[in-house]
Amino acid sequence: MDITIVLSQIFNGLSLSSILLLIALGLSITFGIMGVINFAHGEFLMIGAYTAYVLQKLSIANSGGSLFLLSLPAAFVVAALIGLLLERSLIRFLYGRPYESILATWGLSLILQQLARNIFGANNVEVASPGWLQGGLTVMEGLQLPYNRLFIMAVAVLCVSGMYFYLYRTRSGRRIRAVMQNRQMSACMGIKTNRVDAMTFAIGCGLAGIAGAAVSLLGSIGPSTGQNYIIDAFMVVVLGGVGRLSGTIAGAIMIGTMSPLFEFVTTSSMGKVIVFALVIIFLQWRPSGFFTLKTRTVD
Amino acid sequence: MFKYFFSIRKLGFAVVLVLTLMTFFLTARSEATEKEPIKVGVLHSLSGTMSISEVAVKDATLMAIDEINQKGGLLGRKIVPIVEDGASDWPTFAEKAKKLILKDKVAVVFGCWTSASRKAVLPVFEKYDHLLFYPVQYEGLEASKNIIYTGAAPNQQIMPAVSWLLKQGYKRFFLLGSDYVFPRTANLIIKKQLKVEGGVVVGEEYTPLGHTDYSTVISKIKAAKPDVIFNTLNGDSNVAFFKQLKAAGITADDIPVMSVSIAEHELIGIGAENAEGHYAAWNYFMSMKTPENEVFVRNYKARYGQDRVTDDPIEAGYFGVYLWAEAVKKAGTTDVKKVREALRGIKYKAPEGWVKIDPTNNHTWKIVQIGKIRKDGQFDIVWSSGKPIRPEPFPPLVSNKKVIAPGKIVNR
Amino acid sequence: MGTRLKENWIYLIFAIVLLLLPLVLSEFRLNLLGKFLTFAIVAIAIDLIWGYTGILSLGHGVFFSLGAYCMGMYLKLQAESLPDFMMWSGLEEVPWFWKPFQHFWVALPMAVLIPAIFAVIIGIPTFRAGIKGVYFSILTQALALVVSIFFIGQQPYTGGTNGITNFRDIFGFSLAEASTMKVLYLITVLALIVIFVLSKWLVNTKTGRILIAIRDGENRLRFLGYNTSTFKVAIFALSAAIAGLAGALFVPQVGIISPSMMGILPSVEMAIWVAVGGRGTLTGAVIGALVVNSAKSYLSETFPDLWLYFLGALFIGVVLFFPKGIVGAFARLKRQDSSKRYLLTEGREV
Repeated sequence: MDITIVLSQIFNGLSLSSILLLIALGLSITFGIMGVINFAHGEFLMIGAYTAYVLQKLSIANSGGSLFLLSLPAAFVVAALIGLLLERSLIRFLYGRPYESILATWGLSLILQQLARNIFGANNVEVASPGWLQGGLTVMEGLQLPYNRLFIMAVAVLCVSGMYFYLYRTRSGRRIRAVMQNRQMSACMGIKTNRVDAMTFAIGCGLAGIAGAAVSLLGSIGPSTGQNYIIDAFMVVVLGGVGRLSGTIAGAIMIGTMSPLFEFVTTSSMGKVIVFALVIIFLQWRPSGFFTLKTRTVD
Repeated sequence: MFKYFFSIRKLGFAVVLVLTLMTFFLTARSEATEKEPIKVGVLHSLSGTMSISEVAVKDATLMAIDEINQKGGLLGRKIVPIVEDGASDWPTFAEKAKKLILKDKVAVVFGCWTSASRKAVLPVFEKYDHLLFYPVQYEGLEASKNIIYTGAAPNQQIMPAVSWLLKQGYKRFFLLGSDYVFPRTANLIIKKQLKVEGGVVVGEEYTPLGHTDYSTVISKIKAAKPDVIFNTLNGDSNVAFFKQLKAAGITADDIPVMSVSIAEHELIGIGAENAEGHYAAWNYFMSMKTPENEVFVRNYKARYGQDRVTDDPIEAGYFGVYLWAEAVKKAGTTDVKKVREALRGIKYKAPEGWVKIDPTNNHTWKIVQIGKIRKDGQFDIVWSSGKPIRPEPFPPLVSNKKVIAPGKIVNR
Repeated sequence: MGTRLKENWIYLIFAIVLLLLPLVLSEFRLNLLGKFLTFAIVAIAIDLIWGYTGILSLGHGVFFSLGAYCMGMYLKLQAESLPDFMMWSGLEEVPWFWKPFQHFWVALPMAVLIPAIFAVIIGIPTFRAGIKGVYFSILTQALALVVSIFFIGQQPYTGGTNGITNFRDIFGFSLAEASTMKVLYLITVLALIVIFVLSKWLVNTKTGRILIAIRDGENRLRFLGYNTSTFKVAIFALSAAIAGLAGALFVPQVGIISPSMMGILPSVEMAIWVAVGGRGTLTGAVIGALVVNSAKSYLSETFPDLWLYFLGALFIGVVLFFPKGIVGAFARLKRQDSSKRYLLTEGREV
C-alpha cells in the first residue's frame, strides 16, 4: 500500500476524532453533571449549523464577504441562549430523572426538527467554505490535508483547552465540578446549584452549536442533521466515562481512529458495525468507561 | 361504601377511554363520500429524512392539480387532493396508502420516492386493485399493473450514462452508493454492462444512509485510481461526499463523478461550486429550452418562491397528474380500472417533451440527457438521445424476464 | 376486595369489546387496530423490564423485528420459491438458514426463541458486568443501530432497506381476504389477553416481588443473597420473547418488515408508549400503546404538516405533568387505594 494512503488515513482518524470530540463535549458535561440524557443535543448542533447558514446569507447580502469565523461564537451564543431558555422552562424539572429526560428531550427534538423544517424548508441548505479554507496543505505528492479539517481540529483543541481552563481555573468552573461531585454538599456550602445547572446546560448546548457550525464545512445542513451525529456522540461519552473531560477525549480518539481503520479494511457499513460492537464488548469489561468519577456511594 | 364509590369512577374512566377509542375508530365509517369532487391522494414524506426530497415533488403535484382545477377541473368536477405524510417510514406508507384507498376512496394516488416505500405500498395497491403514480427513477425489475412509473427505468438513465462515459474514454469505474436497493441493483447492471462494453470496476463501496464522513472512501478512491466515479449516493450523503472530495483536492478534471441521484434540487444543499464540472444523467433538466418547460418553471417559481428550482422527479410528479387527467378524459370516468385501460399508450407534452405510457409495461417513454454541472447550479446539456427511449424495466443483461402486458411478466 | 373484583370486570369488558369490534369496524380501521394491539404486546414486554425491574431497554425494536423477520421469511417463502430480492442480488437458491422457515411450525417458535436467545447472549455479560441504569439504555440503543445497519447491509439475505414485503398467503389463507385479516386480528387479541394475564400473574408471584426489589434496591437484594443478574437475564429474555411474538403477529397484518422497525426511533417510541400509559401497571402499557398510536395516526391524518408538534408536546407534557402516565393520573383521583396497588414509585439511580 501507498505510504500516502496510510498517512492520510491517520489524518482522517485524527480529523474524525476532533469532530466527535466537539460534538460529545457538551453532551458529556450535561450528562455528567445533571444526570440528564439530552436526546435533543443533536438538534442544538443543527441550530448551530443553521446559525452559520443565516449569518452567511446576511453577510452576502450586506458586504459580499463571508464572515465564517464570526459564525462560531454566534452559533455558541444562539445555541446557548435557546438551551438556557429550555433549561428554565423544561429541563430543570428533569434533574436526576434520566429515564424521563430521555422521553421529554426526545419530544423536544421532534419539535425542534419540525420547527427547522417550517422555518428553513425541508431541503438542505449549504454553508460555503470561505476562500481561505478551500483547498488544502500539500504535504507530499498525493497527500493533501484539507484546510477545513485542519481548522476543525484547531477549533476542537481550542474548545477543549477552553473548557479545561474554565473548569479547573475559574471560580464558576470549580463550582460546576463541585456540584458534579456532590450536589448536596455543594448546596450546603452555599453554591446555588440551580444556577450552576442552568449555566452548565447552556454551555453544553453552546458547545453543540459550535460543533454544528464546524461540521457545516464538511456535510449537509438540514432539519435532521443532528440525528446523524447523536448516537456517535453518546457512544463517545459512554466509552470515555461520564463527566470527565479526559474520558471524552479518550473516547473520541478511540472511536475516531478505529472507524477509518475498519472502514478501510472492510466496508463503510461493516466498519461502523465493528466499531460499535467493539465498544459494546469493551463496556462489558469496563462498565463505566475509561475514566470514572470516584464516589463513595454504592448505588 | 366509599371505596365502592371510587371504583365506579374508575369504571367510568374506563368506559370513557373505550368510548374515545371507539369514536376514533368508528368516525371513519360514518364519513359518507361526497359525490361531486374527485378525490386524489398525495402520499409523500413530509417529515423525517426523506422530506428533503419529497416535499418539492408534493408541491409540484399540488400545482398540477390546481392548474387543472383553474381550467375548469376534470369532467366538470374539481379535483381535491388529500395529502398524507409517509414520515420516511415504510410501514407508515403502507398504512397511509390503505387509508387513502379504503377510507378516502381516492381515484388515484400520486406518491412515494424511495424504492422501499414503493415496495411497501405495492401489495396494498395490488390487493385493492388500485392505481399509483410513482415519479422517481428507480432500479427496475418491477412492472406492476397497478403502478405507473413516470421516472426512468435503468435503460433510460443508468445504462446510457455508462455507454456515454465509455465513449468518452473513461474505462476504470469506481462504484459508490448508499447501502440500499437502488444503488446495489444499479451497480449490478453497470458491472454486467461494463463486462460487455469493455470497462472495468476498480472499486465498489456502499455507505450507510446518513453517512457523513467520506474521508476513508476518498482514500479508497485515491488508492484505486479510477477514471470516473459512478455515484448512486442518496440525498444527504451527496453533500458530505462532494464537499469532502473537493477539499481533498480531487476535481472534475482529475476524476469526474457521474451521478444519477442528484439534480438541481440537491445541488442547492451540496453547493454548486463543490460539484462544478461533474456530470449527471436525467430525463429532464431545468435548463431545457422547450416552451412547456419555460411556462412550468415560471409557474413553479411564482407559486413557491424565486429561489426554488425544478428537477427531474419534480417534473415527473407534475406531468404524472396530467397523464392521469388525459386518461380520465379519454375514459370519461374516474373508475380505476377504466382509467388504467385508458392510460395504455397515452401521450402528453411534458416540460421535457413528449412522454408516453408504454402500453405493455406501464413505464414512460422518455428522452435521456446528460448534463454537466455549472457554477450556478444548473446543467449544460452535453448529450441527448434526441427522442424518447422505450422503457425496459427488465434489462436483458441482468434479467431473463420480460413484460408482455401490464402486470404479466414471463421468462424470456 | 370489592375493587379488585371491579377491576377484573373492567378487563373483561375491555376484552369483550375488543373481540366484538370486527363486527362494527371498517376493514382499514380494524387492520390499524390490529397493528396497535401488537404494539400493546410489545409495551407489556417493556413494562415488565422497565416498569417492574427498572431496566430501560431502548433496543426492543430489535427483538420485535427479529420475531417479525422470522414470520416474514415464512410468508415470503410461501409467496415465492426464490424471494425477489435474492434474485436481484444474484443468489441462485435460497440460503440454508432460510430453508427451515418455509414451515410455519418452525417459523413461529423461532420468532419467540431467536429474540430470547439473542437477549440472553446480550444479557449475560452485560448484567454480570454490572451495567445498569442509563448505561444499559444507551448500550441497547447502540445495539439497535448496529443490528439495523447490519440488516441493511446484508441485502441478499435480509432484503436490505426494503425489508421483506409482498406476501401472498398465510397457512393457505390469502392475505388479501378481509376474513383472513379478521382472524389475524382475533388471534392478536387473544395473544394480548394471554400475555396480559400471564404477566399480571407473574408480577404477583414471588419472582415478581424480586423484580420490583431489583428496581427499588438492587444492592440490598444482593446482600440478601439473591443473584440479581440471573433474574435480570431471565426477565430480559422473557421480555424479548414477548416482543418477538408481537413482531410475528405484526408482519402478516401490516405486510412488511424492514430495518426501519428495528432502528433507534421505533425503539425509543416503544418506551414512550409505556411512559405515556404509566409504568409498572401493565394496564398502562396497553393503554399507552393504544392511545399514542391512535393519536399519531389521527393527528398525522388531520394535520399532516403539524402533527409532529403535537406528538412532541405530548411526550413533554406527560413527563412534566403526568410523570406516572395516564393510569397514574387516574390513580391520583383516588388516593384511597393507590398506594396499595399502583407500585409506581421508582427506584432512583444515584
